[in-house]
Amino acid sequence: MDLRDEKKGQIADLQDTELDEALKNFKSSVHTWSDAVYSRPRTVAGEVRVRSWKLAAGWALGCVLVAGSVSGGLLERHHRAELARIAAQQRAAEQARQLQDQQARARITDEALLADVDSAVSRQVPDALEPLAQMMSEEGIK
Amino acid sequence: MGLVVNSDTVRASTWVMAAGTAIDAMAITTADDAAAQEFARVVERHRPQIFRFLLSSTRDVDLAETLTQECFLKAHRNWGSFRGESSAMTWLMRIAINLQKDHWRNRRMQFWRTTRTNSVDLDEASEWLPSGESSIEQQLLARERVKQVWAAVKGLSERQRSVFLLRYVEEQELSEIAAATGLSEGTVKAHLSRAVARVRLELGGRR
Repeated sequence: MDLRDEKKGQIADLQDTELDEALKNFKSSVHTWSDAVYSRPRTVAGEVRVRSWKLAAGWALGCVLVAGSVSGGLLERHHRAELARIAAQQRAAEQARQLQDQQARARITDEALLADVDSAVSRQVPDALEPLAQMMSEEGIK
Repeated sequence: MGLVVNSDTVRASTWVMAAGTAIDAMAITTADDAAAQEFARVVERHRPQIFRFLLSSTRDVDLAETLTQECFLKAHRNWGSFRGESSAMTWLMRIAINLQKDHWRNRRMQFWRTTRTNSVDLDEASEWLPSGESSIEQQLLARERVKQVWAAVKGLSERQRSVFLLRYVEEQELSEIAAATGLSEGTVKAHLSRAVARVRLELGGRR
């Protein structure tokens, strides 16, 4: 039991030594990297130029997108208005045609009605004119 | 009761007032100069350390430089309100940590922007080792270890990473870390313990 504990302790010590070593290396590495980067000559001007180019390109792209979306919207609106106008014209034409049909149908109906009335008039005679009608019909037979 | 004012008295008092204002202005100018000089000394002394912390946190040279600039700009603006309750380094580190937090928060909010970062990869970050007199084998081993530590650091939460870097790279005391991060010492210990466990696991797992 004691031997096992001792072994565990040795492993832990070994691990801690390795850990300490790794952390020390890590610290040295970060310090070296930071010092190297910190002492290097700065390239601010170039970076600023690149950034300004990026900014300009970003703005240009943004403007193009905005203009595109606005003109697209306007085009879509115009297209819809045009479609609506054509649909209204078609509707008006259809209505006119329906009206003409109705009028034609009404005309036919009127003519039929008049013919009906004519025949009715010719058959039905008021009582006062009945002798005259009979005479006319007899003359017709003769 | 009438008030008799002598013209000489008025002239003298005006001169005294003017002189007083001039002296006050001179005193203010001198105080401003002293504060500016003191701030310049603080910048000169702590800038490399702040930059190093931000560099190790982000692994991005450009971002670390930008955040360092912002940190000292903010510090300059608030230099008057710094009462010296903590050390200047702790105060600056706190500003740097908050700026870094804000940066990542803003980046998360701007998810529609490109997610590309300039962070160097772990291999490149592990390249940097002091040019000692050790053998090539030892250098390779050290590089491998550093890479493993970087891998563990990458997997840490933001808070754990800050605490770990402040302790093992900047070699700050727990109380200083607590002051810089705004956490209690107990919480700092807990974060540190988890971070070290993670590093240990990384070192053990890759062996």
